Amino acid sequence: MANIIDDATIEYVGILAKLSLSEEEKEQAKKDMGSMLDYIDKLNELDTAGTEPMSHIFPVQNVFREDVVTNGDDSEKMLKNAPEEKDNMFVVPKTVE
Amino acid sequence: MGKQYETVIGLEVHIELATKTKIFCGCSTAFGGAPNTHTCPVCTGMPGSLPVLNKQVVEYAVGVGLATNCSITQYCKFDRKNYFYPDNPQNYQISQLYLPVCHDGYVEIETEGGVRKVGIHEIHMEEDAGKLIHDDWEDCSLVDYNRSGVPLIEIVSEPDMRSAEEVIAYLEKLRMIVQYLGASDCKLQEGSMRADVNLSVREAGSEKLGTRTEMKNLNSFRAIARAIEGERERQIELLEAGKDVLQETRRWDDAKECSYPMRSKEDAQDYRYFPDPDLVPVYISEEWLEQIKASQPEFRTEKMKRYKEEYDIPDYDIEIITGSKRMADLFEETTALCGQPKKVSNWLMVETLRLLKENGLEPQDIGFSAQHLAALITLVDRKVINSSVAKEVFEVMSREDVDPVKYVEEKGLKTVNDEGALKKTIEEILAANPQSVEDYRNGKEKAIGFLVGQTMKAMKGKADPAGVNALLREALSK
Repeated sequence: MANIIDDATIEYVGILAKLSLSEEEKEQAKKDMGSMLDYIDKLNELDTAGTEPMSHIFPVQNVFREDVVTNGDDSEKMLKNAPEEKDNMFVVPKTVE
Repeated sequence: MGKQYETVIGLEVHIELATKTKIFCGCSTAFGGAPNTHTCPVCTGMPGSLPVLNKQVVEYAVGVGLATNCSITQYCKFDRKNYFYPDNPQNYQISQLYLPVCHDGYVEIETEGGVRKVGIHEIHMEEDAGKLIHDDWEDCSLVDYNRSGVPLIEIVSEPDMRSAEEVIAYLEKLRMIVQYLGASDCKLQEGSMRADVNLSVREAGSEKLGTRTEMKNLNSFRAIARAIEGERERQIELLEAGKDVLQETRRWDDAKECSYPMRSKEDAQDYRYFPDPDLVPVYISEEWLEQIKASQPEFRTEKMKRYKEEYDIPDYDIEIITGSKRMADLFEETTALCGQPKKVSNWLMVETLRLLKENGLEPQDIGFSAQHLAALITLVDRKVINSSVAKEVFEVMSREDVDPVKYVEEKGLKTVNDEGALKKTIEEILAANPQSVEDYRNGKEKAIGFLVGQTMKAMKGKADPAGVNALLREALSK
């Protein structure tokens, strides 16, 4: 494996993804990510100088909606997706800036 | 002598667009609904839901770009900005990083040193987040997703401003352009226009930019001006003490008049943007662009010119009236109805502005319709009511938009044109005020004013003061 993920990187990626990994899982993740980067290196062998980056696999553009209200009050149904609700709102852990 | 410092300021302005629906779903954007009543699987970030772009958002964004001299990115797309925060249910915000819809524009602002250009780096489309409410009783927060997915444009300026005055002139200019376009009401207090200030200081004459901070939570022009002063001082103090300015996001507390860092250093600011695979690219064809160009409204400069040609009103009036789209619209509509531009202008410039100022409101908050103002002007013209009664009616109209014709009828405010009744009242007044009568006859012209006042009072204000004056003089000359 050409790409070695160091401990600092796996720690950082874990913070970004809000994941807490055990030591074992960290080792596994390091291996997985290393081989993913190896695959990217392989792709990098291709000359893509004249190729536009692709953002979508279908040759489709301009899919729009008209600006017309189509949804009514569906809050009862929406709140069924909340682990907990209070006063018609989603309850989340206390979050203060 | 101490060093001279220059302040360098760039702005990120978020504007909520005045669409009826959200950017990626058919939920209403109406302000003030009960929590979560304007939500669906898309704007609450449910797995498997698919966003579909609101066409009007693209048209507003392009409209603002054209009005700010931007180049339009004809092939543009959306990207995901990844971060965790409970007001963002998808754990990413759909925004534009790589190909923003507009770029490289400018607006001109008036400053003490003359007209200056402020560059616009880019304008991009994105979605707003929900609202977090902190529970007072339990150790939790509550989320209302009504605002989640409301369309925003973010206008990123170049670091071209040097003082709080220039920043405010720039914001007022943007607000005017956007309001003229009808793309937003741009109310800072309600959050439909929000400005983040990027500020750094450097020694005067230096070419190199200093380290900047970003300041958030600025919801009035006054707060913006104070935050700029406060941050400038703070950074200069640090530099003078030989310390470094840290690049960070700070939150302005307007009550305490100071700012504090918002996020700790451990919170990574790494958004890992990538193209949103759920949304297809947007291609703005020449034809579509031409259509948007053709439907751009008349902006202020053109309007001022036309007013000068079309209506016989002073430049000063034109300046004030075209200062807000709402005023200009009301002026044109009312004038079309009653055909009296100067009278309409007077009502708008004097009484309307006075009432707005007294109530701390803005022109968008004007409560009466053009129809009713035109009707009121006609009532005065036809001498159905006198001007002081008209002012009273106008105050009521401003609050409740009553129909002045009905209101005058119901409250019995019509000027009494019954000469018999008026003459009788005058006789009574003259009999009751022999001293004034004598004074007048002895050449004291002022005494007539007192007698007119007494008569108007007895008539409960419902008489034509000029008519009363004439009848009084006639009675006194006998």
